Amino acid sequence: MADPMRIRANMAGDKVEVRVLMSHEMETGQRKEPSGAVVPAHFIQNVTVTHAGKTVLSAQWGTSISKNPFMHFRFKGGKPGEKVTISWVDNKGERRTDEVVIGGG
Amino acid sequence: MDIRRRGILKAGGGTGVLALATAAGLLRPGEAFAQQWNKAAFETKSVADTLKALGSSGSTESAQIQITAPDIAENGAVVPLTIESGIARTQTIAILIEKNPNTLSANFEIPEGTDPFVTTRVKMAETSNIYAVVRADGKYFHAVKEIKVTLGGCGG
Repeated sequence: MADPMRIRANMAGDKVEVRVLMSHEMETGQRKEPSGAVVPAHFIQNVTVTHAGKTVLSAQWGTSISKNPFMHFRFKGGKPGEKVTISWVDNKGERRTDEVVIGGG
Repeated sequence: MDIRRRGILKAGGGTGVLALATAAGLLRPGEAFAQQWNKAAFETKSVADTLKALGSSGSTESAQIQITAPDIAENGAVVPLTIESGIARTQTIAILIEKNPNTLSANFEIPEGTDPFVTTRVKMAETSNIYAVVRADGKYFHAVKEIKVTLGGCGG
């Protein structure tokens, strides 16, 4: 199981500012071991962020997102104390979901 | 009635009930991940092919899309990028890296209520143009920025 995501969600005016750092190798499938063997690709393909039952951001990623992916975005309609839930699934079917409570400004 | 429902839940177990809900059309499979992964688009090797795979028949350059990134990235493994679209009804923001082995890096779906703004970090194999492609109201727009890379990030 992958390590938990580090998520921060805080009010910025009437919007919720979300920053997330995921823990993932994001192996491209291009890299080789010293022996010459190709390291198989292992990367996050889908990310979904939900708030109050509504998707506020979803993404499809390729192999060129950096190791331990970072993402920052803003959405309207959240209030302090409510939850933001983030999920990802990688190309091996591994998945992880974490949530955070929205903080004040 | 309620007691029977409990019984069914117990007998069926979690997955059984979920399967029933799926069969009844209450839950579409993969609903937690609203969309599939666009394999064809992520395998493309040129900007033109990626645009086609994303469903665009042509894209217009727009000054309303801003790419904020360093002009020179010392480490191609971690290049911070911020893309912001000033175009009304922006629906998706895609990041394309022209000279990477696979052009398409990410495609973000921006629902109504979410700012057409996203920051992430990408890997760059070498100095290349970055394209930010925005779909707004069904039309495609893009902006380009060149980022020079001193140390590539894909060979490891």
